[in-house]
Amino acid sequence: MRESKVNNFVVRFANVNGTGSASANYLFAKAVFRMGVPVTPKNIFPSNIQGLPTWYEVRVSEKGYLGRREGVDIMVCMNPQSMPDDVKSVKSGGYFLYDSTKRLHPELIRDDVNYIGVPLMEICNREYTDPRQRQLFKNVMYIGALSTLLGIEFEVLQQLLDDQFQGKEKLVAPNVKALKLGAQYILDNYTYPLDIHLKRRNLIGDKIMIDGNAACGLGAVYGGATVVAWYPITPSTSVVEAFEKYAKKMRVDKETGKNNFAIVQAEDELAAIGMVIGANWNGARSFTATSGPGLSLMNEFLGLAYFAEIPTVLIDVQRTGPSTGMPTRTQQSDITLAAYASHGDTKHVLLFPATPKECFDMTAGAFDLAELLQTPIIMMSDLDLGMNDHLSQPFEWDNKRKYNRGKVLNAAQLEEIPHFGRYLDVDGDGIPYRTIPGTHPTKGSFFTRGTSRDEYAAYTEDGTVYAHNMERLLKKWDTAKTKVPAPHLYQKENKSPYGLLFFGTSTYSAEEAIDIMAQESIALDAIRLKAFPFNKTVEDFINSHEKVFVIEQNRDAQMRSLLINELDASPQKLISVLNYDGLPITADTITTQICKNLAPAKTLIYHQ
Amino acid sequence: MTYIRSQFRHPGLPVNELGYTTKEYEGAISTLCAGCGHDSISGCIIQACFEMSVAPHRIAKLSGIGCSSKTPTYFLGNSHGFNSVHGRMPSVATGANMANRDLIYMGVSGDGDTASIGMGQFVHVIRRNLNMVYIVMNNGCYGLTKGQDSATADEGSKSKKGSVNPFQPIDLAGMALELGATFVAQSFSGDKEQLVPLIKAAIDHPGFAFINVISPCVTFNNNPGSTKAYDYVREHIEASATIDFVPAKTEITTKYAHGTGTDIEMHDGSHIHLEKLAAGLNPYDRLAAMNALQNARNNDEILTGLLYIEPESTDLHHTIQSSDRALNSLGQEELCPGAEALAGVNEKFR
Repeated sequence: MRESKVNNFVVRFANVNGTGSASANYLFAKAVFRMGVPVTPKNIFPSNIQGLPTWYEVRVSEKGYLGRREGVDIMVCMNPQSMPDDVKSVKSGGYFLYDSTKRLHPELIRDDVNYIGVPLMEICNREYTDPRQRQLFKNVMYIGALSTLLGIEFEVLQQLLDDQFQGKEKLVAPNVKALKLGAQYILDNYTYPLDIHLKRRNLIGDKIMIDGNAACGLGAVYGGATVVAWYPITPSTSVVEAFEKYAKKMRVDKETGKNNFAIVQAEDELAAIGMVIGANWNGARSFTATSGPGLSLMNEFLGLAYFAEIPTVLIDVQRTGPSTGMPTRTQQSDITLAAYASHGDTKHVLLFPATPKECFDMTAGAFDLAELLQTPIIMMSDLDLGMNDHLSQPFEWDNKRKYNRGKVLNAAQLEEIPHFGRYLDVDGDGIPYRTIPGTHPTKGSFFTRGTSRDEYAAYTEDGTVYAHNMERLLKKWDTAKTKVPAPHLYQKENKSPYGLLFFGTSTYSAEEAIDIMAQESIALDAIRLKAFPFNKTVEDFINSHEKVFVIEQNRDAQMRSLLINELDASPQKLISVLNYDGLPITADTITTQICKNLAPAKTLIYHQ
Repeated sequence: MTYIRSQFRHPGLPVNELGYTTKEYEGAISTLCAGCGHDSISGCIIQACFEMSVAPHRIAKLSGIGCSSKTPTYFLGNSHGFNSVHGRMPSVATGANMANRDLIYMGVSGDGDTASIGMGQFVHVIRRNLNMVYIVMNNGCYGLTKGQDSATADEGSKSKKGSVNPFQPIDLAGMALELGATFVAQSFSGDKEQLVPLIKAAIDHPGFAFINVISPCVTFNNNPGSTKAYDYVREHIEASATIDFVPAKTEITTKYAHGTGTDIEMHDGSHIHLEKLAAGLNPYDRLAAMNALQNARNNDEILTGLLYIEPESTDLHHTIQSSDRALNSLGQEELCPGAEALAGVNEKFR
């Protein structure tokens, strides 16, 4: 199938880590965005500070498909180390832009690829004397070259540089100069634009382009978090950095200059979650952010928070496991660990954001949910969502919205009741009332513990009392099903015996796969999960379809296990569509795996 | 051993400034072994809080896991308590303190809970100078699992079963000094005269206050040959000074002859009065305290008393410039920047 080459291509930049290429590449992605064309950049970076290969992949899609796509149309290769592989990765008929100051080795020449040489180093050495400038402006220069080749409006780039260097205006001119040098070389030496190019559209509307971690950090500010404890770990670090950035802007007391927040960098993830639990116990909204290895360490405390019923918010930005795994690659592989974290019978509420907007909404909402349910709420983001920029609906906040602090008794309420029972199910929803330390001189104090206790928080080893409490926790779990975000159904009524079930960052490619398969007359119903525990809608969706394809980004089909385990769903019915190589799942992967099951005769590689 | 506490109290029990008797500061009846040093320490905490007229609900008591960590149930029944997980009390206390700087945080731990599984958190809570009292009930053994040596057991100390500990002990007070703790004291569960004023001073101290209390385990580590047995400790104890804590509101009477002893003025006008200070000791001199502790150890002595204090200490809230108001008291209007500010954020990402 031939696709249009206008506003429909992938550019991949191959750079050396630590050479300042990130901001130049971002400039490119943002320019596409400003030209009104949907774009999705992905940073494929090494666990390294300087020297190793790093790639930045930008998919431009007029149709608004924002998942990753295989196949490179234009390779901008600035890294000799990765060049042999980079040449191989270009699609037949594609382009290979390189620094022609040195000649390409004959082995790197492919007959079916168009080579565009720009003597970047030569121009830089001629125009700049400072070594750092020579390196940095080389990056800007290839963006200039690309702008001519692809038809990016120069005013758009100029405006972006103006925005970027607000307050540092003297940096604008040299950057513009570098852009122009790159652009001029193409004007003088090549025909332009290429058959693959951009055209201005109006497809962005009021959308924003932002990464999920910044959205989580901002969501925590809006959700009222005051105590943040954390331990640095890729890819979650920028969640707390974003919280700090926004809190410093929005949460500093104007009169005293003091912070209406406290951030503690803990000694490890154990301490981080311990601090979060201590703060929540004491009536502050508090959260931590981590990734798989941190979640492993936090298991002990999560069991305590579950059993002692302490609100806790944890943002897990998943990366490729097990163990240290691939720290800078993405996966959805902490699902079962998070769902049943800690020894004994435990279950935890999970949220699955798919967009930065949802990162913001769900983080802010997680604090309400945690206090409402008095239990840990774990946000299951991932590296792809957290660290890459995504096109997203803008953030919204309703000024009439009030924080829901859950069942907390104040001093006056304590005066009213004859005998406070911390673990007494007064309302029949499994959620007891709590008190905050320091509320009342003689009423409402209790002892929080991870050991078994009765409804009045007194230590007990009475098995009946223990079992009764465990059953109440299950009742609370049922209540949670009605409080967590409901799944998104893509159709009002079933149209197909087959269903697709997905969540998180698989959403982008899953939606694209639905369209591709529809064109091939394979109709599919779809549901997107937003939370665990699953509610009735999820159960009904599975029951009302012959086959349900469960799309997830891990090896062991963890979400499928959870569906089987929690809903008694028939394993034969749930067919896994998996991707676990550390890169975001593609629509091609999904369609290939589904077709293998539904129409083995068809081959559906759409994009190659 | 009794398992029911009589509700009867002598009608003439003394009351404190808040009108409370010690009854308001007691907890549930102890389930520790009869004669356990930890119960004496609980008694000292009750007495110190009663005498200081601390409102019980303004204290949060926190602990880890072990015999020592059970004790918060046995004192201050009107205070919220948190028996957390093994070795992790410091992190829970840190979070709690960040949430509400206005409460008094009383952390209780043991030698296993602090010197082994909790060493990392202990070290870091000192580094941060969190405003809390941290009491280690140190008996040199694991009581709840029936008497294994702990990391504070002295080399050569003999267990009840007769085995001799081959490992170097961890000296918690020495370590606290080395790490920059702003209040370091050592005491003995059997020395109420010393321990009660030390606890009061620790409560009053505006930063991290550490008290390492030797507290014999009557069941598993009170045998001849053990260096944490009652008899051994009594024979080898060496007080650095006698100590008295005088709260700010109290008029200093002529109890002390002018010019004798050392008077430490605390941040709030309270005083710690030290008498018969051992030669070479100066409570403001960290290095001297470290030397004294090492010398005592070389002489098989257990040096007790207030070893070091920085009366003008600040705390973690000061370091990170967090609000003077308790963070848990801030309302939505102070925490949520609102829709207009969010529109501005959106604009930055277009």
